[in-house]
This record gives sequence, structure tokens and C-alpha cells, in this order.
Amino acid sequence: MQQSATSSVPRASGAAGDKIFEWLCRGAGLLVLALLGAIILTLFIGGLPAFREFGVSFLWSTDWNPVEGRESYGAAVAVLGTVITAILAILIAVPAAFGIAFYLTELAPEWIRGPVGTAIELLAAIPSIIFGMWGLFILVPIIQNYIQLPFGEVLGAIPVIGVIFESNNFAGTSLFAAAVVLAIMILPFIAATMRDVFLTVPAVYKESAYGLGCTRWEVMNKVVIPYTRVSVVGGIMLGLGRALGETMAVTFVIGNANRIATSIFDPSTTIASVVAMEFPESLMGSLKQSSLLALGFLLFVISFIVLATSRWLLRSRLK
Amino acid sequence: MSSTTSLTGLQMAAAPAKDQATARALGRRRRAVDGIVRWACIGSTIIGLIFLASILATLIYRGFGALDLTVLTREFEPTTYGDPDAIRGGLFHAIVGSLIQTAIATVVGTPIGLLVGTYLAEYARGSKLGEAIRFVSDVLLSAPSILIGLFIYQMVVLPMGGFSGLAGSLALAIIVIPVVVRTTEDMLTLIPNTLREAVVGLGAPKWKMITLVTWRAALSGIVTGVLLAFARITGETAPLLLTSFGNSVTSWDLGRSMASLPIAIYQQANSGFPDLVDIAWAGALLVTLGVLSINVIARVLLRKRK
Repeated sequence: MQQSATSSVPRASGAAGDKIFEWLCRGAGLLVLALLGAIILTLFIGGLPAFREFGVSFLWSTDWNPVEGRESYGAAVAVLGTVITAILAILIAVPAAFGIAFYLTELAPEWIRGPVGTAIELLAAIPSIIFGMWGLFILVPIIQNYIQLPFGEVLGAIPVIGVIFESNNFAGTSLFAAAVVLAIMILPFIAATMRDVFLTVPAVYKESAYGLGCTRWEVMNKVVIPYTRVSVVGGIMLGLGRALGETMAVTFVIGNANRIATSIFDPSTTIASVVAMEFPESLMGSLKQSSLLALGFLLFVISFIVLATSRWLLRSRLK
Repeated sequence: MSSTTSLTGLQMAAAPAKDQATARALGRRRRAVDGIVRWACIGSTIIGLIFLASILATLIYRGFGALDLTVLTREFEPTTYGDPDAIRGGLFHAIVGSLIQTAIATVVGTPIGLLVGTYLAEYARGSKLGEAIRFVSDVLLSAPSILIGLFIYQMVVLPMGGFSGLAGSLALAIIVIPVVVRTTEDMLTLIPNTLREAVVGLGAPKWKMITLVTWRAALSGIVTGVLLAFARITGETAPLLLTSFGNSVTSWDLGRSMASLPIAIYQQANSGFPDLVDIAWAGALLVTLGVLSINVIARVLLRKRK
């Protein structure tokens, strides 16, 4: 069109286009930053009335009383349930995830690695509500009949710590059931991260060890693990972060009881599941709603710390 | 492997070799430990696969039994347990609601995620701001989704005065963003710089280089990311519970509460009525089949790339 004009016209439009596009991209990036800030701020502001009403004791109060006029809410039961289920889940999942990662990187024949690796990754893709249903209808009866009863009888006889295993819970939904479901859910995440960091070990190191006549376990134990230790812990933290915030699967199998469980076979609750169960039916702007938002804020702080640590530990291996 | 010559050999060199019997015993022990660990690893892999198989088998067994045309075409009906003549309900309302909300969320979240990923890969390599955005995006990727539900509740549901399909879509859109960011950045970083230099060398402005060349070169990877994000939100339940809440009839109105498959599954699975639980299994089968097949398609796309 403007053939006669100097070449500065298309050049200028290109430069303007560049500016606009760069700012579009940067703006989207800033939006993501703002999003995180807004989430934290919203939860804190929403929880402020509860923090004001109950003060710091909100953190260790075990109350959960929605009766009008005597309303009193505390975070202790849910926070404790969250932490116990997540840690139990890690204790169950980590050895298994390590086994899978070791198998897939060092032991399995080449033709098995691909399909099995994919299968484990598909386990990670299954929605949490499916884990919840499967947990409730399949796993809970198994746990109740074959783990809770025999373990309760045998381990319950141990003085002092026996209490942890003793329960007369007939529903079967319990902290332990939630931990097992969580363990299965985070297993593929931890296994995949471990596999990826194990693969970053330079082949020369492993070959040197094999050349000395080391067995595969010795190579794993003396070469691969020391080389990847920090990243492995990062992978475990990633699993922990996921376990802390998992909602639907836990809600199905934990029993949702707002009281401190004395036994791992007793029902209890977690922050995420108490929010899922009670928030939709609480009145807009009520003290209960504010308490649930305050719980959400606590959950955010806990999982943010765990996830940030995980990323920091993994920074060198997985960019 | 002849293990008697290895570490044992080293130790024997350190301490004067005494007898062959000790060495052989040590070798046996090492091989035994290796064997135990190997079988433990094979065992844990098998256990992992058994869980996957058990979930899939349960879904197929319970789901296919209940899945028929009625489930796909009818809306929610209260339980008909014990009354064989009554009209059974279905999940049509939930399927429609899920499709609407996931579609809007993908359409809203994808461009933002794409731009952020582009910023990280093309503009902010090594910059402080880029580092911060990458970190925040990764935290959002693993952050508890129910908190995103709480956030949207405060930001959208409260001001609008009630649960709505719009709120549900926005909550899902926030979940889409970090997934798309991650894959977009990964895929764009894989594009060789020579390609960029060639385009810029021809005198093209940077934005044209990105939109016409690098995006196109990374297209299958970016599409994979969008598919994975779509699969992820298809099964999301917790944020919807606090935003679109669920509905027992088909609703096309974004301003009011809207049903979705995961919520319908959740409510009917916990109803205690066997016929409703069956419908929930049918829904669970639908969701899982959808999510897993999208994942498989995404994987095939990605493999073609490599």
C-alpha cells in the first residue's frame, strides 16, 4: 500500500508489535504472580474474623461447635489429621516408590521399562474422586477385615502405644484408610521424580562401580543414592505437598469426624476434607465460613512451605 | 557377576588375605542382599500395577454394568430402589455441565498459560522476574485445588450472591494455566536457537518469529499440554464443590449453579442407595475413560515429536 513511504513504516509497526507482544507475555506472567498473591490474601482476609474471634488459640483448640450462640471453632483436629495422614502416606509410599524407580532404571529389561513406566504414570492421571470411590467400596472393607481387626488385636496388646492400633470403629473409614489411599495416589509422583533423578547420574560413575564388581544394589546404595540424595528428598517433599492438600479421595475414606483420633483406625478429618464437607452448606459470611477460610489459609501456608522446599531441593536436577 | 574379586578384593588387599572361605561367605552375603532388594523392587512395582489394575477392573466391572442409554440421556432422578417400574435417572445434566465448564476453562486458561510459557522461554531466560513467575507457576501446579475453590468463592460466588457455572469455569481455568505454562515452556526451550536466528536474520520482528515459527514448531507439544490440562480438570471435584456446586437438572445458564460429572459422582456415590451408586460407577467409568484416553493421545502426540 505505502510502497513509496520510507521503510521506516513497516519497521516501526514491527517494533510496536514487538513491544505489545512482549508486554502481553509479561502481563500474563505478572497475572500469575498476582494470582498467587490474591489467593493468599483472600484466604487470610476471609479467615480474619475467625482469627480475631479466637486469637492464637484457634491453632490448638480442638473445638468444632456450630451450635448458635455457643459457636467455637479450632484448627487442631483438622491440622493434626492432615499432618498424620500425609506423613503415614509418605512412610507407606516412599519405599514402594523407591522400589519402582530402582526397578525401572536399573533392574528391568529394556522392553519392560516403557510400558510399566507408562502404566505408573497413568495411575497418576486417575482423578482423585475415582480413588475415593475405589477406596470406599474396595479398600476400606479390606483394611477393616484384614488389617484393622488382626493388627488391633495383636498390636493393641502392647502397653502404652497399643492404643494407637486399638479401635472399635465399625465403619472402617479411618485415618489409616485415608493414608493408604493417599499413598497410592502420590506413589506415581514420587516414583516418576525418583526415576528421573536416578537417570541423571552419569553412566561413567555407575560403570566404574560395576567394573569394580559391585552388585546392582551396591551401585544404587553407594553411588546413585549419594549422588541424588538431595533431589530424592525433593521428590518426597513433592509427594508430601500433594498428600497434604488432597481433598476428594480423603473425604470419601476418612470418616469426617471432628474429634481427635486416638487410634490410626479411628475416623478423623483433614483441613481439605472439612472444607469440602462443611463449606458448601455454611452460611455466607458466618463465623463458621470464616473459620473454614482460616483453615484454608493454614493449609496454604503449610503446602506452600513444603512445595517451595521441594522445588528448592530439586532445582539442580530438574530445571 | 563374579563378585569375589570386587570390593572383597579391595578389603582383602587392605587387610592381609586370610582365607578364601571368608571371601566366599562375603560374596554370598552380598549377592543375597542384592537378590532380596531386587525381589523387593519387583514386588513393589507389581503392587503398583495391581492397584492400577484393581481400579480399572472395578470401574469396568461396576461401571459397564450400569452404563446404558438411560444414563447418558436422562437427568437426575431420586432413587428408584425397589421399584423396577420407575423411570431411572441418568447423568445427562452432569455431562452437559462438565463439557460447558471444562470447555470455557480451557478457552480462558490456555491463552494465558501460552503467553506465560512464551514469556518464560523467549523473554525471561535467566531473569529474576522469570524465575519468580516460574516458581509461582510450579507452586500453583501442585497447590491444593480446593484452595482455588475457596479463592473463587470469595472473589466470584460471594459478589454474585450464589454458586454459578461461571465461577466453576474460572476455578478450572486457574488450574489449566500452570499445566499449559509448564509444557509450553518445556517445548519452546527444545526449539533450537538456530531456527530463531534464521527467522530474525530474515528481518522478521520477534513477535512474528514467535507466533509464526517457534509456536508452530512446538505446536504438537503445546497441544499435548492443553490436552493434559483438559484431562486434569475433567476429573477435578473439590473446587467445583465450592463454585458451581452441582445441579440436578440440565442448566445452560452460567449465572446459576451447574452440574458436573465429578460432583454428580460424589453425591450419588455417597447417597447410600444402590441404584444411585450404580449410576455413580457409570459416571466414574466415563470420567476415567475420558481422562485416560486423553492422556494416551497426548503421549502419542509427544512421542511423534521425538
